[in-house]
Amino acid sequence: MQRYDVLVVGGGHNGLVTAGYLQRAGLKVAVLEKNGWVGGAATSRELTPGFLYSNCSYVCSLFRPEIMRDLELPRHGLQVVAYEGGAVLTRDGDYLASYRDHDSHRREFARYSKRDAEAYERYARDVTRQCRFIQPLLMRTAPDPFGFRPRDIAELVYLAKKFGEFSPSEMAETLRFWTMSISDFLDEYFETDVIKAYLAISGIIGTALGPMSPGTAYVLLHHYMGEVDGSVGAWGYARGGMGAVTQALASSFLAAGGTIRTDAAVAKIFSRGGRTTGVVLESGEEIRANLVVSNADVKRTFLKLVDEADLPEHFVHRVKHFKMRGSSGKVNIALDSLPEFPALPKGSSCIRGDLHFTDSIERMERAYDDWKAGRWSADPMLDAMIPTTLDPTMTSPGKHFMSCFVQYCPPKVQGRDWTDADRAAFAETVIGQIADYSPGFRDRIVHMEVRTPRELEAEVGLTEGNIFQGELTFDQLLFNRPVPGYAQYRSPIAGLYICGSSTHPGGGVMGAPGRNAAMEILRDLKRSPETMSNAHDVI
Amino acid sequence: MNALTKPLNATEARRAARNHILTPRLETPFHPRLAALDVVNDWYNWAGYKAPHSIFDEELEYFAIRSTAALFDISPMVKYRIKGYDAERYLNRLTLRDVRKLAVNRIHYTAWCDDHGHVLDDGTLFRLGEQDFRLCCQERHLPWLLDSAFGFDVEIFEETEEIAGLALQGPTSHAVLAEAGFAGTERLKPFDIATFPHDGGPGCSAVTISRTGFTGDLGYELFVPRAAALSLWDRLWAAGAEHGIRAIGYSALNRTRIEAGFIVANADFVTAEGALRADRVRLPDEIGLDWLVDPDKPSFNGRRAILDARRNQSLKHILVGLEIEGNIAAEHAIVYHRGKREVGLVTAATWSPTAKRNIAIASLERPYGTKFVDDLWVEIYAMRELKYQKMMKRAKVVPRPFVKLARRTATPPGLR
Repeated sequence: MQRYDVLVVGGGHNGLVTAGYLQRAGLKVAVLEKNGWVGGAATSRELTPGFLYSNCSYVCSLFRPEIMRDLELPRHGLQVVAYEGGAVLTRDGDYLASYRDHDSHRREFARYSKRDAEAYERYARDVTRQCRFIQPLLMRTAPDPFGFRPRDIAELVYLAKKFGEFSPSEMAETLRFWTMSISDFLDEYFETDVIKAYLAISGIIGTALGPMSPGTAYVLLHHYMGEVDGSVGAWGYARGGMGAVTQALASSFLAAGGTIRTDAAVAKIFSRGGRTTGVVLESGEEIRANLVVSNADVKRTFLKLVDEADLPEHFVHRVKHFKMRGSSGKVNIALDSLPEFPALPKGSSCIRGDLHFTDSIERMERAYDDWKAGRWSADPMLDAMIPTTLDPTMTSPGKHFMSCFVQYCPPKVQGRDWTDADRAAFAETVIGQIADYSPGFRDRIVHMEVRTPRELEAEVGLTEGNIFQGELTFDQLLFNRPVPGYAQYRSPIAGLYICGSSTHPGGGVMGAPGRNAAMEILRDLKRSPETMSNAHDVI
Repeated sequence: MNALTKPLNATEARRAARNHILTPRLETPFHPRLAALDVVNDWYNWAGYKAPHSIFDEELEYFAIRSTAALFDISPMVKYRIKGYDAERYLNRLTLRDVRKLAVNRIHYTAWCDDHGHVLDDGTLFRLGEQDFRLCCQERHLPWLLDSAFGFDVEIFEETEEIAGLALQGPTSHAVLAEAGFAGTERLKPFDIATFPHDGGPGCSAVTISRTGFTGDLGYELFVPRAAALSLWDRLWAAGAEHGIRAIGYSALNRTRIEAGFIVANADFVTAEGALRADRVRLPDEIGLDWLVDPDKPSFNGRRAILDARRNQSLKHILVGLEIEGNIAAEHAIVYHRGKREVGLVTAATWSPTAKRNIAIASLERPYGTKFVDDLWVEIYAMRELKYQKMMKRAKVVPRPFVKLARRTATPPGLR
């Protein structure tokens, strides 16, 4: 029987980040992955010959540059390329573009409203201020406010001090920002519906809330605090699809001497006398280790892989009530030529960015109404991208891969499980919307993969298909993520840790939960995290 | 688009404007003339416009300002038009100075603040008529201006693109205007405005000329609708041939503005709406604009915060003029007290060819610059052939302007 120091359950990006750091710190680490490939929600898969699909996550910004450097990901093939703006196509045949160039961006907004064009500066400043507050918290373990250990107290003082750097009015703004709806927030700056609709997208992505639901302003922030090479808020494509992130992580981990086992689904995490002793695979094989780190979400880890009887009652209660709530689906399309959008000017850079077809907050909110009623949105909100306009490695010249993130899409259809017929109808809704703006779109389709929360849960392992391994609402952030008292990557079982997006600071292919978990484990082992560089300063 | 030029169909106008993306750096109305004269191709981005750092030679352009006449394109300056029954009352509440004292056809320099008294921008306010004003500034403020108008009977338009502006500065600038046939400009006193006939094609029969400028020299600023820009340029250029007229870029102008002791938003101070860091904003008294604040006029935005800070002596910064020994410009140098304690930063600096002095504008932390004005030093790092020559130079607080020219205010103005 093989023996390891650490077993990582699940080979998603966070699991691989934790594994990479621990292996480099001198531990013997094995990653156990249920699928025949690693990557979790960050994969590039050739689902039809000649086309690589970023078939779950699809853009990159939040992945922390400190991790890329520590684990030498560039040497293992990772390249992230910034992309160029985007557009919302409007029902009247026009569009609202977003441009990287500051003045072009202003003039584009001015086509709709001169006031909104000039208000954008104020808006960007306020969002940036909030980002500057939250960014340094990403790579720090959240304090346990009831821990009373010197570390927790020091961390609380740090938080208070960060907050104290704000003027009283900024503190008030921050509290409002963390609790407001994105629609209310945008109303304070803008008057034009399509401008608000464009900016609201980041407030609802991956979240089972509508633009008018409180808490969505924070979700927007979560999408703004990334960067591409120091350009804060910018988003990019991973060259080779999002699988390039996890392939580089896996390659780095293997180079450091780590072990990856695919087709090795974990059935149970053992514990004896309140301490973990290893896992058993679905094949019946037992693997022993002193430490087990779960990359699975908090529900999967504690309600499926661990015996409930081994856990404290209140902890189980909180895990059961942790909100997952899948809200989105994905339609991945191989195209034999670049789709045309006649509304966009010829040669427009928008086609190389994010494309949307929802031109008002009201349409977004109505799309959410469908979710509440247990239906996929009849008029969904799409975040569509064609990364092959900038990435030559995913398919051959002239051919394209289009990723369509679709919201809203419920985990159950009116209380019952998804059927294949439902899935086909869902896909038709999405294709129909695109085809309204892109004549001949259907004829370009070579192959298509449709993923509802059913597939996201079954194939990727995301409970209810929630892309963040749990909602990013204020009640589930910082020291409340995932469970108060257990926000420091540890669990009630000694030697069992969690490192996925269910933990602080949450989802979005950031790698920060994985790194923070590795830090805590090394702390417990009294090993110095010398392979881990300090988080970059926010100055 | 504003109400004056709004097409009948807003949707059509929106579509027509799509092609802006083809020219991310707009060319100003004077661009054809600037480009034809330009020999160094040294352009920069001024608020989305292509603008010259220099046209032929920064040094010689400076001497054109101080010795003959210089033409500088100010079209990218942000311009707002404010009209209506309540325009005076509205602007009086918005800005620091008393607008009631601003007569028709006069201009004053002013600034405006947020509720905390932090300066949003500085600029010039033109009173074109009893109920007609133009506000010129560096940054964009339309949401602030519109929100402040609540309850006032005013109309506010952004007219940056529609109005072309040209600064004509230097000792022969009046001679150029006279030669160009603008009869009566000799009667313009500093900060006066008047209109003069100009055949600028359809829709333009006049040019607005003010005796203003950013150089501290004799000079004028001329405004016309954008369609009339080239005819105005040509008229001045032909008239200036025998008066040494030259086109100049920002580098030369910047040297003269430092000599004149003028400040630039987001260069010498950070505007309140632009600041990301809470400690970067400034009250008027902290950037040398205390003289604009008129506590005796009716309430204006930021009044209480400014007066409280004065009363509580809680002002944190001060903007000063420095004269620095030696001749190496101290741009962005750190200012020390007794050569040790860091007390501020130089925001603008140049060797002044006119004063023959090494001058600078600096922001200091009080009480340095107020109580302690002696024993100040600046640390200059001069890169010379890939090596920093580090120097600690003595600095003396001196009044601004550094250069005061009698010809700036002489009325009637001299011809050379």
